[in-house]
Amino acid sequence: MALAQYKYKDDIHRCFRCGYCKFPGDWSDVTNCPAYARFRMESYSTGGRLWLIRAWVNGELQWSEHLGRIVYACAACNNCVEKCPLSFSDDIVQMVVAAKNEMVELGLLPTPVKTYLQNVQLHGNPYGLAAKRRGEWMADLAVAPYDDQEFLLFVGSEGAYDSRAQQAARALALTLQAAGLSFGVLGKEETDDGNEVELLGEDGLAEMVAQQNIQTFQKKGVRKIVTFSPHAYNAFKAIYPKYGGRFEVWHYTQLLAQLMRKGAIKPAGAEAAKITFHDPCFLGRWHNEYKAPRQVLQAIPGVQLVEMARNKKSALCCGGGAGNAVIDLLGGSPDSPARIRAREAAATGAAVLAVACPNCLTMLEDAVKVEGLEDRLAVRDIAELIRP
Amino acid sequence: MDKIYSALTQIVGEDYVSNRPEELFTYSKDLGTSPPQFPEYVAAPRTAEEVSRIVRMANQEKVAVVPLGGGMTLAGLALPLRGGIVLDLKRMDRIIELNEKARYVVIEAGASHGKLTAHLHKHAPHLMHSEPGAPPAATIGGNLAIHGQGDLAHPYGFNSDMLNGLEVVLPTGEICRFGSCAIGCAWYTLHPLPDLGLFLGWNGSTGIITKVSLRLFPCKKFREMDIFVVEDETLIPDVLFALTHVGMAEDLVAWSSAIPPFANELHHISINITGDSKEEMEFKRRQIFDIKLSKYIRDGVGAIGAVAQPSERPQISKSADWKKGGGFEYVGSIMPVAAYPECYRRGAEISTRHDIPYTVLGRVIGAAHGMMFSWSYAFNRADDRSVQHARDALHETDDLVMELGGTIWKPAVFGQQLLMSRMDPNTLQMMKKVKTMLDPNGIMNPGNWEVA
Repeated sequence: MALAQYKYKDDIHRCFRCGYCKFPGDWSDVTNCPAYARFRMESYSTGGRLWLIRAWVNGELQWSEHLGRIVYACAACNNCVEKCPLSFSDDIVQMVVAAKNEMVELGLLPTPVKTYLQNVQLHGNPYGLAAKRRGEWMADLAVAPYDDQEFLLFVGSEGAYDSRAQQAARALALTLQAAGLSFGVLGKEETDDGNEVELLGEDGLAEMVAQQNIQTFQKKGVRKIVTFSPHAYNAFKAIYPKYGGRFEVWHYTQLLAQLMRKGAIKPAGAEAAKITFHDPCFLGRWHNEYKAPRQVLQAIPGVQLVEMARNKKSALCCGGGAGNAVIDLLGGSPDSPARIRAREAAATGAAVLAVACPNCLTMLEDAVKVEGLEDRLAVRDIAELIRP
Repeated sequence: MDKIYSALTQIVGEDYVSNRPEELFTYSKDLGTSPPQFPEYVAAPRTAEEVSRIVRMANQEKVAVVPLGGGMTLAGLALPLRGGIVLDLKRMDRIIELNEKARYVVIEAGASHGKLTAHLHKHAPHLMHSEPGAPPAATIGGNLAIHGQGDLAHPYGFNSDMLNGLEVVLPTGEICRFGSCAIGCAWYTLHPLPDLGLFLGWNGSTGIITKVSLRLFPCKKFREMDIFVVEDETLIPDVLFALTHVGMAEDLVAWSSAIPPFANELHHISINITGDSKEEMEFKRRQIFDIKLSKYIRDGVGAIGAVAQPSERPQISKSADWKKGGGFEYVGSIMPVAAYPECYRRGAEISTRHDIPYTVLGRVIGAAHGMMFSWSYAFNRADDRSVQHARDALHETDDLVMELGGTIWKPAVFGQQLLMSRMDPNTLQMMKKVKTMLDPNGIMNPGNWEVA
């Protein structure tokens, strides 16, 4: 059965499978595509995935759970977009998302993806936890509900529900309070940002959660949003304007860098002298923001920032994007991208692996434990490193 | 469970074996015009020992084994013509030894050329290897298995002439070493031991290359590409002879193509110059342009097309998208340099007949001892007629190579048959004996270099 409505039907054949998309900027390895790094089969490379999608769209290949897993193993890290030299490169990730749109339309989804989407639909978060528990992360903090403050702090599903990400979200709230920032939170009125839902191909649900958040923001008069997660940052910057939601959006590292410049935050000494930083894809490759998190880290007294060999535009994704932090199609192996990344971080000699994304935080902390590196490498969100 | 699948999972682990339709589809195709050829299994081994165990099992089961590197030959040389197991060797990608003083690197065959270039840039920036004119995902072993050449072909010859040693898994599973490494010494020379050149150019039909010692060469601090242009193609051999006589270039490539229009029917010679100082660069430019090329400029038949252009390594190629169709394939040949004009004219005629913008290129090998001349044919992968035109053009070009007295480089099966139909009968019989002796069950990449 051919899929006549597939959006990129006239372009997807243009991928030559030359393999540039597997590399980082310096060509040092073919493992900068997280799915290819994990499985090392051409089917999991960007080119292989596009050729398989084309075969499915043309009716040469039938859908299967395995095909679904190959397509959904794309973490939307944008490394392929960065490295492909051809003129259609900007559309590569969207070619994959468009295939997911078709799978959603046909009800052909790998089981974990279906569960993810149902959880967002039913509970407003991918974990299937009760919506009424969304505000529990700040239960013992005096964080004000949003009521015309300068900023809305949007913690997102990870910050609200994931126990490790909650710690970092709390650290961020305390830091912003100490800086005297005027901000509030939505608590139970917040719902999932929809970034992953859109990347998982469920446009209808993505629009629904976006509209729900936009209505809430507009009803409360929100003008400026600071996000805990780069994924939410992308949603508000790149997706919500499609639905009429236009706000001034900051990732928290951008705001912290500014507050530090103004002297509103004066971090205490470092937890460790040597820190390395893992660039989150939705801040780095998706929005070209590499400076702000580094400025924050370098402003901490006593910190020596050391870079991993693959950094900034060439950073290896932790494998958590496009819902993979929850659906976990890239885990379970020493070749899982998060474990490779944990080893790379340890190889720098740093005692702290700093992150600026709750997905990266949980992915990399789990990886550090599985690799047996927790005695010499701690994973910390930047918010935790500067908390008062 | 399928016995072969089960054996493969025991050897390389479940994650790295597949007999699912998605992997079989993916590995049934290469990037050129070849029709799909489906394997029954795909496996990605990590070590030579795993390769050896797979090959021994394949002999017991009489199932074909097809080694695959980067899959960049475009000529279908790693397609499983008789089904069986495709061995994706790219997990075997370790750089084992970099010996700066003896100027060699020992590397696993599945490592990419991009990885080696990056490694040398970081750890030994004064050394380089010869990069093929292929995307950086092309592998070291794959390039040797097809007798590749690269951007050091002018000073040093074929890439397969730059070998210091080889490790090969034979078709019966033994792991053999060739060169000084075979007697327990370092991997610093292939000579003067008895020549056992049984694996280069055989497309993996006599064994699977698993480790390689490659010679490294001085990498200069400065590099640039200059371009000299002539309208009359008959001048190209003279210009190349003049440039190779002076010996100042690192790479010499003559090319002409219908796209971009400014290049159409003009002949460009890309001249890579390198040096450790600005004085050395200027000296080389003077030798090339003032001493050797100025007469063409004075006579009004040649011009400087560009000077001091950046010369990037690895190369980035966008030629696959010239028809916005995601495909091209080329016939490569080894030709006398003097054949350039005829190669160009006849190639352009073939392109015109098939409505494909012509693209030809001749890279000088050695001191103009020969050139790798290629005719490229872009096609639209989504248009069967376009693919068929390219396929027909490729076959006509194979015939042309024979007619012009050349040899086809990395021939597809059609070209292999053309070559073998003209081959000295005694040589052909020796090929058959060698193949039969090494591969008694005929399991190694069957259909390639197969003597009837």
